[in-house]
Amino acid sequence: MNITIVDYKSGNISSVINSFNEVAKDKVKIEVTSDIKKIKSSDKVVLPGQGSFKSCVDGLNNISGLIDSLNEFAINNKKPLLGICVGLQMFADIGYEETETKGLGWISGKVSKIDNQNGKYKLPHIGWNQINIVKESNIFKDIENNSHMYFVHSYEFIPNDKNVISATTDYSSNVVCAVEKENIFGTQFHPEKSDKIGLKIIDNFIKL
Amino acid sequence: MLKNRIIPCLDVKNGRVVKGINFVDLKDAGDPVEQAKIYSDGGADEICFLDITASNENRETIFDVVKKTSKKCFVPLTVGGGVRNVNDISKLLNCGADKVSINTAAVENSKLVEESSIKFGSQCIVVAIDAKKNETGWEIFTHGGRNSTGINALDFAIKMEKCGAGELLVTSMDKDGTQSGYDIDLMKKISSTVNIPVIASGGVGTLDHLVEGLKSGASAVLAASIFHYGTYSLTEAKQYLASKNIPVRI
Repeated sequence: MNITIVDYKSGNISSVINSFNEVAKDKVKIEVTSDIKKIKSSDKVVLPGQGSFKSCVDGLNNISGLIDSLNEFAINNKKPLLGICVGLQMFADIGYEETETKGLGWISGKVSKIDNQNGKYKLPHIGWNQINIVKESNIFKDIENNSHMYFVHSYEFIPNDKNVISATTDYSSNVVCAVEKENIFGTQFHPEKSDKIGLKIIDNFIKL
Repeated sequence: MLKNRIIPCLDVKNGRVVKGINFVDLKDAGDPVEQAKIYSDGGADEICFLDITASNENRETIFDVVKKTSKKCFVPLTVGGGVRNVNDISKLLNCGADKVSINTAAVENSKLVEESSIKFGSQCIVVAIDAKKNETGWEIFTHGGRNSTGINALDFAIKMEKCGAGELLVTSMDKDGTQSGYDIDLMKKISSTVNIPVIASGGVGTLDHLVEGLKSGASAVLAASIFHYGTYSLTEAKQYLASKNIPVRI
């Protein structure tokens, strides 16, 4: 099996690479690339994302044919894809960070700023927060409910169909922190920075 | 519920830890990679390296340390010290740092904070503020506390938030090294003024100091000596905080 981590210059992906290599050891081939041929032929794809929604979407658009390849991979061929942080957020139709920006439109919904209740809640939402698993998901296999995961974000994904939500976290309101729609998985938190429990989620994804 | 963070900090000079942990099972007390791993296994919520390498020739050593650490520790890693420009930030992030802390360069050139938070995202830009009390409030210092600036710490904190800093690491120079507790007034003032998280630093000597620091409104507490010298383990610290009803990840 080979897994591709999409490198589209979305900021720092070293930790994502390190954590996948740690879990995969020598059993699974981890490739970091923006080569659309390699993406198309891989078994699984990881879509990381740091920085703003707009800068990440711009990053995808800057690589000719990348979005088409991702569409083919995830939507037509229905192969497993994991979006992390802004990688998940880009599943949405539209995002409102910096300016209104069109997303991939894979999971209908929008990405808007977390309501900080007039300064009652600090933004970014940084640190370890507990996840409330609301739907059985293969990537949460052997993960206990209320486990702590590491978060860093100021924007949240609000999907139209609540059935795609697999976990939420409590920060100002119930923030969506994991989604699953058929072969498409996403986590708002960073499994690659969430210690052993986060590595377990990566392991679950690899074993899907 | 979001938990308060405990961040052990290691001073690294020429690729070696300056103060060591008194652990018997440690093969090499000066190896930052090994020490960071002990911290992350012990429940550190993040790890911080402060590079205090004085000469430019030895600057490369920190990159090697960060590279090795990030392959072993899977909690966020912040690196500060000697970060002057976008290239320094880029290099540290590529080596596996998750956040970079900027001190002197942020004061001299606030554009660096603006540009780097756009380029890399606010989540990885921490501005470190070294502040000292004066008659009217607190003044910030640069170059590891050597140079006075005449700039008011609160004004600077507000400015850095506007420039896009994701967090502020606030160190009281009056308290640093005294083990007499954080400068609570300073932490209260800054964390109630800005809407981004504040990490309290400088002065911790007991577990009650950690409690006071987190009650001041800071989202995280940084500590060096109490963990370096094995006075308390991270587990002890967290259990104590939990017993005082401070939300922590255990």
